Amino acid sequence: MKPALPRWADLALIPALNLILAFLVAGLVVISIGEDPVKAVRVLIQGSLGSSYGIGFTLYYATTFVFTGLAVAIAFHASLFNIGGEGQAAVGGLGVALACLMFDWPHWTLALPAAILGGALFGGAWAFIPGYLQAKRGSHVVITTIMFNFIASALVVYLLVNVLKVPGSMAPETRNFSEGTFLPFMHEMLGAVGITMSRTPMNLSSILAVLAAFMTWVLIWRTRLGYEIRAFGFSEPAAVYAGINPVKITIVVMVMSGAMAGLMGLNVIMGFQHRMVLDFVGGAGFVGIAVALMGRSHPVGVVLAAILFGILYQGGAELAFEMPKISREMIVVIQALVILFTGALENLVRIPVERLFLMMRSGARQAPGAGE
Amino acid sequence: MADAATPQERRGPPDAALAIELVGISKSFGPVQANKDIHLPVRRGTIHGIVGENGAGKSTLMSILYGFYHADAGEIRINGTPTEIPDSQAAIASGIGMVHQHFMLVEPFTVLENVILGAEDGALLRPSLAKARAELTRLAREYELQVDPDAIVGDLSVGFQQRVEILKALYRHADILILDEPTGVLTPAEADHLFRILKSLRDEGKTIVLITHKLREIMAITDEVSVMRRGEMVRTLATAETSPAELAELMVGRRVLLQVDKKPATPGEVVLEVRDLRMTDRHGVERLKSVSFDLRAGEILGIAGVAGNGQSELLEVLAGIRAASGGTVRFKGKPLDLGSITNADDRRDAGVSHVPEDRHRRGLVMKFQTWENACFGYQHRPEFAGPMGIMDHAAMREDAREKIAKFDIRPPDPELKAANFSGGNQQKIVLAREIESDPDVLLVGQPTRGVDIGAIEFIHQQIVALRDAGKAVLLVSVELDEIQALSDRVIVMFGGAISGERAVDKTDERELGLLMAGIDPAAKGAA
Repeated sequence: MKPALPRWADLALIPALNLILAFLVAGLVVISIGEDPVKAVRVLIQGSLGSSYGIGFTLYYATTFVFTGLAVAIAFHASLFNIGGEGQAAVGGLGVALACLMFDWPHWTLALPAAILGGALFGGAWAFIPGYLQAKRGSHVVITTIMFNFIASALVVYLLVNVLKVPGSMAPETRNFSEGTFLPFMHEMLGAVGITMSRTPMNLSSILAVLAAFMTWVLIWRTRLGYEIRAFGFSEPAAVYAGINPVKITIVVMVMSGAMAGLMGLNVIMGFQHRMVLDFVGGAGFVGIAVALMGRSHPVGVVLAAILFGILYQGGAELAFEMPKISREMIVVIQALVILFTGALENLVRIPVERLFLMMRSGARQAPGAGE
Repeated sequence: MADAATPQERRGPPDAALAIELVGISKSFGPVQANKDIHLPVRRGTIHGIVGENGAGKSTLMSILYGFYHADAGEIRINGTPTEIPDSQAAIASGIGMVHQHFMLVEPFTVLENVILGAEDGALLRPSLAKARAELTRLAREYELQVDPDAIVGDLSVGFQQRVEILKALYRHADILILDEPTGVLTPAEADHLFRILKSLRDEGKTIVLITHKLREIMAITDEVSVMRRGEMVRTLATAETSPAELAELMVGRRVLLQVDKKPATPGEVVLEVRDLRMTDRHGVERLKSVSFDLRAGEILGIAGVAGNGQSELLEVLAGIRAASGGTVRFKGKPLDLGSITNADDRRDAGVSHVPEDRHRRGLVMKFQTWENACFGYQHRPEFAGPMGIMDHAAMREDAREKIAKFDIRPPDPELKAANFSGGNQQKIVLAREIESDPDVLLVGQPTRGVDIGAIEFIHQQIVALRDAGKAVLLVSVELDEIQALSDRVIVMFGGAISGERAVDKTDERELGLLMAGIDPAAKGAA
């Protein structure tokens, strides 16, 4: 018995078909409000990939989604559905901000390790509690992590309003970080080697995100811990049989997942805004779920899906600007359609495609025998 | 194939003496041909056995007959009439009743409520219940099918639950009763009672189709037997004119040894000393009640008993994946930690390895490739995990290839996922892993459950070879045949306690069967 689908179909064909379906339905929505869907697509692509400015923004958004997408993907491998990326990113961002505010760092190379540590530590700690409750008390992480999103949001508001706010200021945000913490922008780095690029928020974190994806791959498929995580994810009784402690694995995976979500603050806070503002996460934690689903929890898939969502974010903003009838909410509808078709309705395409492949295979097998 | 009778010539006019006649039934699932041009005549008023290895297509065939699947080709004739059976409702309407291996009962309902479920006469239950009560009384009288109609099904023993399933079918006026592996969960005494019921049903003119892999049952109760192999119907014979050896050969396609060839044991010193072992589950039910025994090097100690009498718990406590609530176990004189479910590592390091009862749930990660499964549980050993916790994939693949060669695992492809192997080959993967770790004690649960006859022979030889190498083997099995064939000494468990211990050559099936029901014939004689 062979698996129903070859690997390339599983990894590329099905997501592509899902995406096409999502865009077809989105096109119908665009038509229904009296706009031209072909023009909309052109604006979307032009706005996100048509210039170095667009690409910079697209990849800036994508970087954020890589971190939150990897966070969800890691937990998925242990069959844990961590939907608390939003809260873990918020608290992790707090860790990044505190690390940056701690000293007047002389150079970003010194500040970066501290910020990574701060983001991972705070994000991990925020996921530790649901992880512990799941492992020891059986409280389902889906319930606890979503509740922790609200607690995190309230906590961050409280701290920004009452503790971290600049005295006398009306804005609920921290003071600006010292320049020694600013991560280099991509246009600065490329400029240094003679490539000109428009000024965009894209920064060094994008490279860190690719590194994080590679480390995740090593973790899941090359280390013993990853082996144990996958075994636990496929079958808890089998994991126990193999001497794997389910309590330990659950907590460790949740902490790693939270830490990954927490690193998202590097991109937004340390790389771009240079201070911590209210709502800097802005739903990226939830987009991470869609990214992990669409990327089939594989780091490469996560990176590709994150870029797709970056395109939707950046191109969507352009679309709302260029075609006023397509409002910001319309863009959210299109993004939701992508999530719906790639995540929830995956089997809609998968099952017919699997049938098709089986038919083709048995057809190919019977054909030579037909002459007998 | 020379021995495959070609029943083509039987494709003649419908025969009214046949309760069921399957003509040229074929069914494939994608590229897998589960049933290939099957011809099956079942005469009215007989008990007809269907045997075959796992995956031979027995269940598919019966599912077609019961309307779960639709055949790609072929015809079903019921009492000589060509019949379409698109769903189970149609099967019931044609007088076919099915008793599934896993019962389809609503446990919190009473027997009566279960019997009328789906066969209510109207919106109000009272008339249906009254009618069913009268009908049940009649059936109980005629066929020894006594069950308290007001008992809650969940409180009944499996033997009684099975009777409820039979009653359900009869209440729906079934003339043809299909039973799928009906004795798997029964004590020998319960199985005997079931056979008496089936015989009296047959004598009343009902037709029974019995699907089983136990050749002994086929010989004991059926009138005719059909053998299936790899989706094809190999032959239909009169039971009186065949033998278990012939049936086994037809099932496998080659000669098989039904008896294990083994020399007398030479037990050495005690390696595992179990004393007063107790275990209470989280519902407060005592699963093990003061179990004590010794296991010696160079012997196979069999633990017999009907499923659910504490053998599984005993095995898992010893393997370190279930916590005991009291008692001690000493391994080579050193006490083992019994207090947690995460001691499997320590056991393996000490030299106790474990082939679990359920290879799908525990023994293998079904979605892992074979090279990942071949060191499962040993992943922290230095030969597989290098510095920084990076696994050595080359070493794992090499190790898997060696195990595949040594244990003749087919297909010999370390990249294949465990789920894509047959039951026998999956079990060989587990066995290879646990035996090759060179343990002092091997704990084995149901080593041949769902395993084809050819592989059973091989697995039994491996277990005996381990014993002959001076290792201790603790064998838990619900198959009494297997216990008798392999063990040197037998302990029988009933209700979480040991109900008796016998040397295997000084006891028989009858005595062990009584012990499995909690009756010690020796003690009774003394009293």
